[in-house]
Amino acid sequence: MSITIRQPGILTTIQDLGRYGAQKYGVIVGGAMDAISFRIANMIVGNEQSEGALEVVLFGLSFEFNEDTLIAITGGQLYPTIDGKSAPMWRPILVKKGSILQFKSGHSGSRAYIAFAGGIDVPDVLESKSTYLNASLGGYEGRALKAGDTLQFGELSHISEGLISNLQSPTSNDWSVNYQTFLNFKKHQQIRIVKGSEFDEFTEDSLDALINEQYTVTTRADRMGYQLEGHPLKMTEEFELISEGVTFGTIQVPTSGQPIVLMADRQTAGGYPKIAQVITADLAKLAQSLPMNQLFFHLVTIEEAEQALFEQEQALHDLAVSIRFKALY
Amino acid sequence: MDIQQNIKMRSLGDSAIVVQIGEGISPDIHHVIIHLMTEIERDPFHGFIEAVPSYNSVTVYYNPVTIYFENQQSQVNSAFQKVSAFMEEYIKRVNPEEEREQRVIEIPVIYGGEYGPDLGVVATYNSLTPEEVIDIHLNHEYMVYMIGFSPGFPFLGGMDERIATPRKVSPRQAIPQGSVGIAGKQTGIYSLETPGGWQIIGRSPASLFLPNSSPPTLLQAGDKIRFKQIEEEEFSTYKEEVI
Repeated sequence: MSITIRQPGILTTIQDLGRYGAQKYGVIVGGAMDAISFRIANMIVGNEQSEGALEVVLFGLSFEFNEDTLIAITGGQLYPTIDGKSAPMWRPILVKKGSILQFKSGHSGSRAYIAFAGGIDVPDVLESKSTYLNASLGGYEGRALKAGDTLQFGELSHISEGLISNLQSPTSNDWSVNYQTFLNFKKHQQIRIVKGSEFDEFTEDSLDALINEQYTVTTRADRMGYQLEGHPLKMTEEFELISEGVTFGTIQVPTSGQPIVLMADRQTAGGYPKIAQVITADLAKLAQSLPMNQLFFHLVTIEEAEQALFEQEQALHDLAVSIRFKALY
Repeated sequence: MDIQQNIKMRSLGDSAIVVQIGEGISPDIHHVIIHLMTEIERDPFHGFIEAVPSYNSVTVYYNPVTIYFENQQSQVNSAFQKVSAFMEEYIKRVNPEEEREQRVIEIPVIYGGEYGPDLGVVATYNSLTPEEVIDIHLNHEYMVYMIGFSPGFPFLGGMDERIATPRKVSPRQAIPQGSVGIAGKQTGIYSLETPGGWQIIGRSPASLFLPNSSPPTLLQAGDKIRFKQIEEEEFSTYKEEVI
């Protein structure tokens, strides 16, 4: 089974849940920006949650199905159509051979994910299918997709087979995932943070602004990081930092005082002061934010951040179990 | 150095911890960092993802969900506390007196000309001749403190301050892979073609990033390197040999 790209859109890449284990060699983690939508897309088609799938930015992508294929589209609402008709999101769709899937215009959220039953068949590089654009490795020949590229899919799991036969059955029950349990695509986002390493080195006025004022996502927002704009953040005294590890959601403050949140394709180390860290449970919401969206930071403890993550993981686990149940019974 | 007296542990969000040892940059601190890396990787705790060394810290990435569900019966309040306790155990196992094997890797470099367009800049800035700059650069052993910035890019310590030179005012759009540069008191080697502001004094045919090998880089934190001058004719021979 395969698809052929007609128009690549702004930036369409193969991603998975990231390339771990090689950060000490300077190899970035990468992976899906919104890992929740990504994992749910794979679940809906019966794949492993970490299987390779497409990350689609905003609009412009179109491709043709070369065979009948089970797919799921999740993430931001980018108004996908199949043969000109609005395509449903967050549920399994059995697409007919020769159909064209297209992302036209209008959006809430910045990124959509398309999972294909069987997963995208590209080789693992350093144990991951994520596309690492700067090093030209992983994904499809280490680059974003282009017109004419053909993507092959792997073998179907028995869960995928069960889901397909359900969809073909005349008594099949429609179902979809209630994504609101996990994320939303509001223009004003509450984003929970914990203190960063240098939190206490910032002025009282700066910390007050960080927590009580809004920060706007600027147009300089890509897979590496989101440049924010708001009340400038200043340290009580200048001090030189030595480079050390950073992670997804680290909020760094360069001398301009305007914070940058590090995202999926961040470098492995950074030398700017770290005022705060977005909690893992809120990274998907952050990743779906668009330029001009407003972020409101809410300070929580590590224990609260962990608790939010455990609850989210429990809900994802329950969802995976219920999908498997639908496929097999 | 009394390690126990000089440890700082802090969270990097809910899924990573930074273990800092001492302050600043020194070979002694880094020696302890590499020992700590070895201890963690030799016997990783359940939920461990990876560890990344820097000048004076190790950042350990972990899955708090795994740790939480495995330790529900214990008295520990959070995954972070549990990982902090693991880190204390690893630190206890580190013996700073213990010598470790340190590789010394030779990096062939062709200096000046089209391969090192800023050799003259570095010479002029330091009131030296280009030959003196090359001699000073060749005449030292450099410590690989960490790999970062791009895959395989070494952050080196030990450069002679007589050839220190500020970065270029406006960075170049593309610096060829293998370029050897100076930025302030640091020297380094570009592992990929990237934009950059370092003063480029030469180029090496060695490949620093080897994505299909294990490990995927020529250099690792804790190694030492020496530069070796080669002539233009040797460049392509090295290119074929050093893979």
